[in-house]
Amino acid sequence: MRPEELLSMTALELGKKIQAGEVTAVEAAQAALDHMDKVDGTIGAFVYTDREKTLDQAVKVQKDIERGTLTGPFAGVPYGVKDNICTRGMRTTCCSKILDGFVPPYSAEAEERMRKAGAVLLGKTNMDEFAMGSTTETSCYGPAKNPWNPDHVPGGSSGGSCGAVAAGEAFFALGSDTGGSIRQPASFCGVTGLKPTYGTVSRYGLIAYGSSLDQIGPIARDVSDCAALLGLLAGRDPKDATSIDREDKEFTSCLTGDVKGMRIGIPSDYLGEGLDSEIRDRIFQAADALRDRGAVVEEFSLGMVEYAVPSYYIIASAEASSNLSRFDGVKYGYRTKEYEGIHEMYKKTRSEGFGTEVKRRIMLGTFALSSGYYDAYYLKALKVKAMIKEAFDRAFQSWDVILGPVAPTTAPRIGESLKDPLKMYLGDIYTVSVNLAGLPALSVPWGRDHKGLPIGVQFIGNCFQEKAVLQAGFALEKAAGDPAKPAGIQKEEA
Amino acid sequence: MKREYETVIGLEVHVELATKTKIFCSCSTQFGGAPNTHTCPVCTGMPGSLPVLNKQVVEYALAVGLAANCQINQYCKFDRKNYFYPDNPQNYQISQLYLPICHDGWVEIETGEGKKKIGIHEIHMEEDAGKLVHDEWEECSFVDYNRSGVPLIEIVSEPDMRNAQEVIAYLEKLRLMIQYLGASDCKLQEGSMRADVNLSVREKGSSSFGTRTEMKNLNSFKAIARAIEGERQRQIDLLEEGKQVIQETRRWDDNKETSKAMRSKEDAKDYRYFPDPDLPPVSISDQWIENVKARQPEMKEEKMERYQREYQLSSYDADLLTNSKHMADLFEETAALTKKPKEAANWLMVEGMRLLKEYSMEPEKITFSAENLAKLIILVDNGTVTRTVAKEVFEKIFSENIDPQVYVEEKGLTSVNDEEALFGEIQKVVNENPQSVKDYLGGKEKAMGFLVGQTMRAMKGKADPAAVNRILKEILSGVKEIV
Repeated sequence: MRPEELLSMTALELGKKIQAGEVTAVEAAQAALDHMDKVDGTIGAFVYTDREKTLDQAVKVQKDIERGTLTGPFAGVPYGVKDNICTRGMRTTCCSKILDGFVPPYSAEAEERMRKAGAVLLGKTNMDEFAMGSTTETSCYGPAKNPWNPDHVPGGSSGGSCGAVAAGEAFFALGSDTGGSIRQPASFCGVTGLKPTYGTVSRYGLIAYGSSLDQIGPIARDVSDCAALLGLLAGRDPKDATSIDREDKEFTSCLTGDVKGMRIGIPSDYLGEGLDSEIRDRIFQAADALRDRGAVVEEFSLGMVEYAVPSYYIIASAEASSNLSRFDGVKYGYRTKEYEGIHEMYKKTRSEGFGTEVKRRIMLGTFALSSGYYDAYYLKALKVKAMIKEAFDRAFQSWDVILGPVAPTTAPRIGESLKDPLKMYLGDIYTVSVNLAGLPALSVPWGRDHKGLPIGVQFIGNCFQEKAVLQAGFALEKAAGDPAKPAGIQKEEA
Repeated sequence: MKREYETVIGLEVHVELATKTKIFCSCSTQFGGAPNTHTCPVCTGMPGSLPVLNKQVVEYALAVGLAANCQINQYCKFDRKNYFYPDNPQNYQISQLYLPICHDGWVEIETGEGKKKIGIHEIHMEEDAGKLVHDEWEECSFVDYNRSGVPLIEIVSEPDMRNAQEVIAYLEKLRLMIQYLGASDCKLQEGSMRADVNLSVREKGSSSFGTRTEMKNLNSFKAIARAIEGERQRQIDLLEEGKQVIQETRRWDDNKETSKAMRSKEDAKDYRYFPDPDLPPVSISDQWIENVKARQPEMKEEKMERYQREYQLSSYDADLLTNSKHMADLFEETAALTKKPKEAANWLMVEGMRLLKEYSMEPEKITFSAENLAKLIILVDNGTVTRTVAKEVFEKIFSENIDPQVYVEEKGLTSVNDEEALFGEIQKVVNENPQSVKDYLGGKEKAMGFLVGQTMRAMKGKADPAAVNRILKEILSGVKEIV
């Protein structure tokens, strides 16, 4: 099989060929690594790889496949893992200097599950430092680029994971989503990303940003891959007290292409000022495509939309200020070179180890939790969070799924966003409320803008209704024709 | 006229719970162990690790709360207390601020002035920190996380105590209660029970409180009593000089018997408490509370009453025996094995207490088994050993937990009531002490005692005293006839 042919397959397609003996896990890993060598210098999707380790794992997996002990759909499929998800024996840094050289002696539960399923780890993917950002520009290893146009950002914070999948370097990747960090870069990179219901995927080993909002999720080339990956990742983990047992872990049977009778609502408050008109038009076209397939699609008023971003930034920053306090130079990671006494060691280590955006959010969160301000900020934000959840609860009395944009624009140019952090924060308007309400949501590629940059649309479901979201997303994917092929591969073919 | 002052004291008592594993991970809580051997990613604050609550901690906290007549928050939460210190690997401590598990309870204490109720403001669950080890030779410190994540409860009293006697009585009460519940061994010296004293003074009759200080580093009841007296006097002196008491935390130095300010309210830290998002709220059902209630053991007061009723012990004896759970258990087991509760009580109270005093030991440290004490009691009862010998054997049991049966046989300590052997020995004593014989025959009963004593000495205590008495009388009556 030609490498281009191999690399343009979805994860499930590749897995099937490996089980059938048409391709070996080693060939797949080799092809991915070779392609990575070619393109990643430009894309910057990976921040850590170990060719030998990857090939060793591929050899072992191939043996188990031949022995018949590994029969799962992802056995032998190469994948990437976001750098905030712990990988035993492999450097994990959240793309921050403060975790310089940290090699965890344990794996995240999600990563452990992929390993058991026989997926072959290619390495760690680039991200905004500590997942704080929307562009993958705040990484201490330098920015990642959008595979569709390297002058543009891939989005963030899972920009490396999405870029790797979009560029054909990985067949799928694990990302994390605290306020849109899977869905927004998936949309910018033209891949499919799923943020599961809070508690569905164990957070054990995911280096926390906003613990009450963080969820690990799959990023892949199409909805079917995401659905199958969710089946592997979902489930209660005794190591994570916030994880939930999902009785039904079969998410693929709903992928029929049929949405007959499905009630899909579009929040008109998502379509107002600030939304790029090209994207607005694509939303209406998506509505039409879904109507054609039998869905009832109407606009409605969701409410509370303007309060989502401020309450999100207070809650996420408050939790982050506490979560990130363990990075102090005492136990692991970076420690400043010269210091006198413990306090100077703390101050210098943290001043030198954290980047600007992380410091900004630590300070914001520390302030929001300070005595005298706690009620006015943190407590109020929690109240708003509850009201946002109520707004969604009301909406889901009328609608099976909510359809809307992922982001107000397509991928901005590199360097554009960090100049105006407030504007960057407002770009999270369509994604953060999903995290505040703990809901599942899917970003599906749906054409490109006049610059040729991908546009994604978002399906939001009620808690535990991943199936409805995947069903709608799959129908739209069918309407779009063949799912987007990797950007890098397409270029080669052109 | 000189002003009269009243002391107002409230206590914060930390108790280390007796769980086998830590509060948020499955590491052992065992004391000792090489540094950082009872650790895992969770209790060393590694990135990505998450806490999972140990249910036994909730059980113990509930048991203590119910025994202290507390209300239970059936929906309780954990909060993060944020502060930077290297013994605290996450740089926040998981504790409870907003919804502690127990609140508004009381315990009854008894002092020379009678009985009194001391209010319990709240009881909350939290994790212990690690330990810093400072290198004496180099400019550096090490940290040992073996204690990090060991479960604690903090029992916060109302400011209901007025003097050191009440404070000690309250602490004794808590300690016994918690030991009886099996929730902790409550050893002050080893730090499994620690008390911080909040103290203020006010003019007698005043209804408002004075400014309080918090005293830390109190490692014994005696230190607590001394610290209370010292701090009371310090505050009164300040007020008498027209100065003000500053709200601050002070550290007691028991060697110098003075305290030093650690930090004042102004530089008190802002802990930025907020609900820990990693731990779902704990929901405590009525059924759970009922189950814990049903499992509550018999407490000291009930035991005392039962001992008097069931074993006809005096209230003094019953009180002494129940002052330690371990002692009470030993007593009950021995009593059950021998069916001789009075004997069991006597051995423990007289000889046991004597030896405890001699070794300055806590009753909790007694290592001998009820079986061995029971055997000894039976050996005395069936005349195998004399009481004199038994006392020696008891010391061996106390120090080495020997099996008295084996020991007595090996050492040949069985009492001699072989008439012939005794007869010969007594005859010798009579022959060697003609003056005493004369005295006895002359009507001095005391001389009889002397002769018995001499016989016992000659027999190294092994002689059966009853037999000696009988034979001696026989011989002496013969002497009379001869004379």
